[in-house]
Amino acid sequence: MNASTWIFYILSTLLIITSLMVVFLRNVVHCAMALVAALFIIAVFFVTLQAPMVGVFQVLIYAGAIMVLFLFVIMLLNPTTRERGGGVWWNFGTVLALLLGGLLVPLLSNSESARDPLVSTELFGSPEMLAKSLFNDFVLPFEIASVLLLVAIVGAVVLAKRER
Amino acid sequence: MIVDITIIAAKAFLVLFMVLNLAGILGWIERKGSALIQDRIGANRASILGFAGMGLVNTLIADPVKFLTKEDFIPPSGDKFLHTLAPCLALFPALVTFAVIPFGDVLIIGDRMINLQVANINIGILYVLAMGSLGVYGIVIGAWASNNKFSLLGGVRGSAQMISYEIAMGLSIIGVLMVYGTLELQEIARSQGLLIRELLPSWLVFLRPVIGWLPAWGIFLQPLAFLLFFTAAVAETKRIPFDLPEGESELVAGYHVEYSGGKFLMFFAGEFAEIVTAAGLMATLFFGGWQVPYLMRDGFHFPWGGSWLLPHLGVVILQVAAFTIKVVFFCWLQILLRWSVPRFRYDQVMRLGWKMLLPLALLNVTITAIVIVAAQ
Repeated sequence: MNASTWIFYILSTLLIITSLMVVFLRNVVHCAMALVAALFIIAVFFVTLQAPMVGVFQVLIYAGAIMVLFLFVIMLLNPTTRERGGGVWWNFGTVLALLLGGLLVPLLSNSESARDPLVSTELFGSPEMLAKSLFNDFVLPFEIASVLLLVAIVGAVVLAKRER
Repeated sequence: MIVDITIIAAKAFLVLFMVLNLAGILGWIERKGSALIQDRIGANRASILGFAGMGLVNTLIADPVKFLTKEDFIPPSGDKFLHTLAPCLALFPALVTFAVIPFGDVLIIGDRMINLQVANINIGILYVLAMGSLGVYGIVIGAWASNNKFSLLGGVRGSAQMISYEIAMGLSIIGVLMVYGTLELQEIARSQGLLIRELLPSWLVFLRPVIGWLPAWGIFLQPLAFLLFFTAAVAETKRIPFDLPEGESELVAGYHVEYSGGKFLMFFAGEFAEIVTAAGLMATLFFGGWQVPYLMRDGFHFPWGGSWLLPHLGVVILQVAAFTIKVVFFCWLQILLRWSVPRFRYDQVMRLGWKMLLPLALLNVTITAIVIVAAQ
């Protein structure tokens, strides 16, 4: 067990705890803050996996922008307590989670990479590599995705704008 | 191994110590400076054995003692945990951002090269933006946990303002990144040691005698980007003319209405630490960072011929001193701005961010791209 493996296990424990807090805490704002912490820890994972660029984008976009908008909506609607669990959806979700978890166990226990979680072969997430794959290898899908997002933004503005 | 860790810890401690102390001194400059501008005397009450030290005793000793010994009040209907967490969330991003800002080139002791920067990561500028985007939480959570309508209004305003200006800020930096071709702040600072005559393309060579002697600082290569970055950075610190989240005349004190004692001090220190970090970024991106014009690693080499060699230690001291002077200058500039201009209305803040800074930043990126392609 070297230092990076220790860091991996400590972070994983923290990630599981914060993720459980997202699901089980009573106060919605507390849940949202736990989700921010979980996203931040995932970003640290990316950094330790030689993908610092992906890690920074995780913080910048998910923890820094999207979750702020979540909080914004939660604060303005101000739900006092969340609905109690139970009902069809609760049972459905539990069964689905158990199935997915059961599916992951044999997959992970068989694979080689599970033994040393932090060994990665190449520097993937550097700015140079990311730019190369975005602007050389996948330039057409990248541009199509950008245009799609642009259409969505313009559409949202048109829908939100009131007639004068 | 032990030596390496000690060096890193020493650098981290040094930077944190300097930022926090500079933040404290800025409090004094703000109070005495505002008094000077408004023709008042300013803080002069507290003294030790008759020594008031131009208000230094007041702002650096009496104020912190007062803050730390005050009652720490949490609104009974507020959220106790988040109310305590919020000031930490406000102070933390402001302090950790300085880790990637270089305060000197390399210090060579024996055969060991010490990079004068706490964390040399190859995505430095993105780290700055990511940490800046976390700064919103201190305000939003503090505002919500206080359970006060003035706080909440301040928090909503603050989060909208900070998200809006982050976009303009990020886009204004892109021009600088295109010019220097790296995301690493130490590399950006190093590139600014060149002279403009070394960068001029062949079809602009007639400009060489006119501007060739200038150092290749960001302000000369990207003047528009500096103005945009400066405006966005001031807006991110939430001070006048962008102090709508606090809005003293209509929201009492905005998001920190319900804070007292040490927690208020943390918000206060976070604001000043943000000023110091913004000043460090302005110096590094646009004013050469630790560069002194014409100072190379072995001494001065002037473009008009002649050189003045210096010992290595002298060069390093000059670089660190130059960086410190630049940072203090930009801190002072921000404080001067805060006491000289009236504030915006909220719709004006939003209009400035989205309809002026954002298009100008996009224009700057386009023009920079055209010039770079033409220069190749």
